[in-house]
Amino acid sequence: MMSDFSFQRAKTPKEAVILLGLHKDNKVIGGGTNLLDMMKEGMTDSHEIIDINRMGLNKIIRNEDGGFLIGASVTNTDLAYHKEIEKHYPLLSKAILKGASPQIRNMATTAGNMLQRTRCYYFYDTATPCNKRNPGSGCPAKTGVNHIHAILGASESCIAVHPSDMCVALAALDAKVHIQGAKAEKIIPFVAFHKLPGNTPHLDNILAHDEIITGVELPANGFAKHHAYVKARERNSYAFALASAAVGYELNDNLLGDVRIALGGVAHKPWRNTEAEIFLKGKLPTKDNFRKAAEIILEGARGYGQNDFKIELAKRVVVRALEMAINNEVQL
Amino acid sequence: MRENYIGKATNRVDGPLKVTGQAKFAAEFTTSGLLYGVVVSGEIAKGKIDSLDDSEALKVEGVHKVFSHKNRPDIIHYINKKHEDQDSPYGEHFKPFYDEKILFNQQPIALVVAETFEAARHASKLIKIKYSEEPFLTDMQIARLEAKKPDKGKMGWEKPKSRGDAEKSFASAEVKFENEYTTSINTHNPMEMFASTVIYHGPGKLTIYDKTQGVMNSLGYVCNIFDLKKDDVQVLSPYVGGGFGSGLRPQYQLMLATMAALDMKQSVRVVLTRQQMFSFGHRPGSINTFKLGADKSGALTSIYHHVVQETSMFEEYTENIASWSGVAYHCENVDLDHKLAHVNLYTPLDMRAPGAASGMFALECGLDELALKLNMDPIELRLKNFAVNDQAHFHRPHASNELKACYIEGAEKFGWSKRNSKPRSLKDGRKFVGYGMAGGMWEANRQAIQVMAAYNKEGKLTVSSASSDMGTGTYTIMAQMAADSFGLHIDQVKAMIGDSKLPEAPLSGGSWTAASLSHGVIFACDKLKKTLFDSAKGMKNSPLSKSTFEGSVFKEGWVYDKTDLTKKVSLLDILKHEKKDEITETDGENKIMGMIKQMPYSKNTHAAVFVEVKVDEDLGMVEVTKVVSAVAAGKILNPKTARSQILGGVVWGISQALHETNLIDHNFGRIMNHSLAEYHITVQKDVGNIEVIFIDEKDDVTSKMGVKGLGEIGIVGTAAAVANAIYNAIGMRIRELPITPDKLIRAT
Amino acid sequence: MNLSEKPTHSLILKINGTDTILKIKPWTSLLDGLREYAGLSGTKKGCDHGQCGACTVLVDGKRINSCLTLAVMHDGHEITTIEGLGTLENLHPLQAAFVEHDAFQCGYCTPGQICSAVGLMNEGKVKTEDDLREMMSGNLCRCGAYSNIFDAVKEVINHKTGVLL
Repeated sequence: MMSDFSFQRAKTPKEAVILLGLHKDNKVIGGGTNLLDMMKEGMTDSHEIIDINRMGLNKIIRNEDGGFLIGASVTNTDLAYHKEIEKHYPLLSKAILKGASPQIRNMATTAGNMLQRTRCYYFYDTATPCNKRNPGSGCPAKTGVNHIHAILGASESCIAVHPSDMCVALAALDAKVHIQGAKAEKIIPFVAFHKLPGNTPHLDNILAHDEIITGVELPANGFAKHHAYVKARERNSYAFALASAAVGYELNDNLLGDVRIALGGVAHKPWRNTEAEIFLKGKLPTKDNFRKAAEIILEGARGYGQNDFKIELAKRVVVRALEMAINNEVQL
Repeated sequence: MRENYIGKATNRVDGPLKVTGQAKFAAEFTTSGLLYGVVVSGEIAKGKIDSLDDSEALKVEGVHKVFSHKNRPDIIHYINKKHEDQDSPYGEHFKPFYDEKILFNQQPIALVVAETFEAARHASKLIKIKYSEEPFLTDMQIARLEAKKPDKGKMGWEKPKSRGDAEKSFASAEVKFENEYTTSINTHNPMEMFASTVIYHGPGKLTIYDKTQGVMNSLGYVCNIFDLKKDDVQVLSPYVGGGFGSGLRPQYQLMLATMAALDMKQSVRVVLTRQQMFSFGHRPGSINTFKLGADKSGALTSIYHHVVQETSMFEEYTENIASWSGVAYHCENVDLDHKLAHVNLYTPLDMRAPGAASGMFALECGLDELALKLNMDPIELRLKNFAVNDQAHFHRPHASNELKACYIEGAEKFGWSKRNSKPRSLKDGRKFVGYGMAGGMWEANRQAIQVMAAYNKEGKLTVSSASSDMGTGTYTIMAQMAADSFGLHIDQVKAMIGDSKLPEAPLSGGSWTAASLSHGVIFACDKLKKTLFDSAKGMKNSPLSKSTFEGSVFKEGWVYDKTDLTKKVSLLDILKHEKKDEITETDGENKIMGMIKQMPYSKNTHAAVFVEVKVDEDLGMVEVTKVVSAVAAGKILNPKTARSQILGGVVWGISQALHETNLIDHNFGRIMNHSLAEYHITVQKDVGNIEVIFIDEKDDVTSKMGVKGLGEIGIVGTAAAVANAIYNAIGMRIRELPITPDKLIRAT
Repeated sequence: MNLSEKPTHSLILKINGTDTILKIKPWTSLLDGLREYAGLSGTKKGCDHGQCGACTVLVDGKRINSCLTLAVMHDGHEITTIEGLGTLENLHPLQAAFVEHDAFQCGYCTPGQICSAVGLMNEGKVKTEDDLREMMSGNLCRCGAYSNIFDAVKEVINHKTGVLL
């Protein structure tokens, strides 16, 4: 609830995590585009808001290995239009530009995009139960309005999906997340950052209360030669994904090399399935092979009524993205 | 009347104020000591409030009072039977805070009043409410089983009339088909959220800035329910951030802000949240059971259109959904029916082209399906069944009807001849391209109205009426008409509306404002001119002493004798002669007077709309890439603002076809997508090239100037044209709106 | 009167070129700060959740949704609102184009549309008509004036850059 809170600015990541640790309802603010939204809905309380926008984490730096380190505060716009990112990681740029609106992308930060919460109707509506917002209260989405909900990796407790487009690309690119804790810094694989709901859907990821993201590291290979981001949604802009796919691969003598496929809008986290990626390795880039890979990814998918269609939709999105990646087509 | 502005593209006179942010809306007027009210919404669909604990809320610094059913003042509203407004349907109207009963989800149940918006908002979340829930029903598909005929309905309700024997003729029809079409519950969602700023001047004396499509309606309502004198209250709404019907009834923030102001003897503002914009009025969902029969030549032999429409448990909202199927085309055998399914939602409310937007979706998709069975071009089928007169209303002739020209000119502009009637025959890259068309109709009405015209010593002409401009262009057409009447530059004319102290005007809805005002302005200006002329003629040694009013003309601040333009008197001299700073006259017409000439005629606007879609079948995504809307609506006062009205209607049709629906969780009886993130309306990217054609149409029956009104006609038929185009693109017929990816994926 | 125990901040926002001191509590959004505290009601509240774009203003030249940020976060920033673009006598080219193309009806989304278009032109990323439609999709217009908004913005871009979309 937009409760009364105090405000201060952290000068360093270390200071930020110390301030965070002082109270269970202390929160950091980056762009604020999701936090303020939730506070106004009365979903979350804040004791103190800590502004982390002026800690110098707004830079994109080239690493020695040819990869890049993206500062946590870099806005989605600055990241998407960064010359080196456009050149080496066009998949990331395209995914970001498919998300939200220009205004929101100008505010939202890299870390904030990762930490944004699901858009499940029930999560946002305090008049209804929700295990993610209020653990133990139940999940009405399973038997309610669920055409946007998860078809993979859901649990009895929660069928929400992660809404990000950017994160789908980061998952495909095998990014790493840099985290500042109260005691130490650590680096973890991006795919290990978000979690599945299980019995603890209130936890979206592995970040502890007194930890913050300081940056995201991109490995050198950005799959610039063959990549595509495809998003199916209910209007042609400014809508969350029903299903999306970020794909990248190498193509040598018309045979697929290293393949990456990540799905958005279908699970509690950006969905990777290495089995399908391995299946495609060494194969011809044909629609038939792509469909087989999609079938592998969606094996075990489960619908909850209204969202049953997403199983087929997700397959088509994967196939389409893999097809478009041959010539780096852009979805208009 | 000379025509310098009328009929010519004229920029909005209120444009500069709007683009500079200076046009003020209801929540933007302020006063010292203004308090802010935030509404607390209920969380169940039916039952009662067992307890409401506001103790924590009252502890928040800056909070002055919490109103609820527990402590609401004993205003007359709660005992008075007279709490209708001008657009209330028949029934027991909802009275906020009357008692502990909950009648619908998101019902307003408390109002927190504080010194700042933030404090009120914070405190509103601290109120603890316990409910007892009772069984409820919000699913129209279940409620349809118990649907019943309306008792009285609401203003404008017309019991659908059947004729001939549709059942028999359907049984023997050479070509026929039947199906069910469903339209979804939609919510108006004007961009401006409902707001009332109530300035307290003393006991019973208020100035109210309200978001409304009729200040007189708000005034009457407030005076009735609070037992105030109309002279003591002024309601203003100079600018209205969109209405689309949502402002036809006073919304609850008006009642709550007024209650708080009177009780606390302080000025109060209440603004609803976007979430709360889903808590009142909506376009009702409708289920249309539809059968069409024709002979081999395509002549319709049978039309069967039975409608079930949802309404609340406490009011009988009705709209004319089925009745269009009895007037739009020629057919001897028509079976129409309309039943209401009562559900535990708030009462529906007129929303852009109420009735026609739903019923003609079914009718115009139905004709497309029939055309396919007949292997006939959809336009040819419509021409074949052109309604030469209004069979549903005593076979009255049309006052004017250029529908045929709409088909022909629209088809030409669109390039309809390039259409291949076989689905899946045209592709653009990965997308299928489809063409579809539909017809549209809306009534052309006029209401009683009064207008004041005033000429002042600055040489300015003012025309005023308690009408409104919700983006419809009312200010501009008033100024155009008055300028032409007096032969003035439009900068010399001021139009005033949105003020209950001005001469009485009807609610702005139903596409009747332009036609009604065109009469009012002409009458008032003519009366003022007569007064000015008589004065000029009576002046000593008047150059006009031998002239007649009929033989006079007004231009650039002078009145001339038409036969000898050297004979003239300056209007400023008339003011001097009369020793007045301003001369005013008020005139208009009452409804009966206006209706006599119209009685023998059927009065409607017509349209034909053509749509090109590109469908990404794999992803279930649709783009509307081109639209041509050909409209016959009589005289077009301002082609620029008129075109905008149609563009808006078309966008609404696209939105109705592809995007809009209230997603209700029937386990909670609650609209779950109550936000603009999840209640999708069309965005810029969804809209391709839209062209508007106005067909030249003469009409001296509907109104003096031949004006018919444009607010609704643009949406009517558009959703059907989109659905028909999707069928033409991919061969899939979706009969349930909106046509979203889930439905397209399921169908393949 | 202090409304709570939490401190009020004193901040300087350079609004439309003028240093404006706001004494404000952290819980006030930039949008409410402008409308209720700075008396600039030209910036509109259409949803208060970043879902409509009516509240778009420029912060240091970049368009943002002012409803989704706290005023206190913008101490020292340069804010441009619709009131800072042009006057009745001297309209900004986009304002003039909006009037000329009838790119609004009710006018409520208009300040946000215009500020958004200014931001869009600052960004310089629009190369095609499709880009323009996409990059203006963060501003809803319920009156459905989209095609006229498109035409107005396109005309000003073309005029300014000389490059026809």
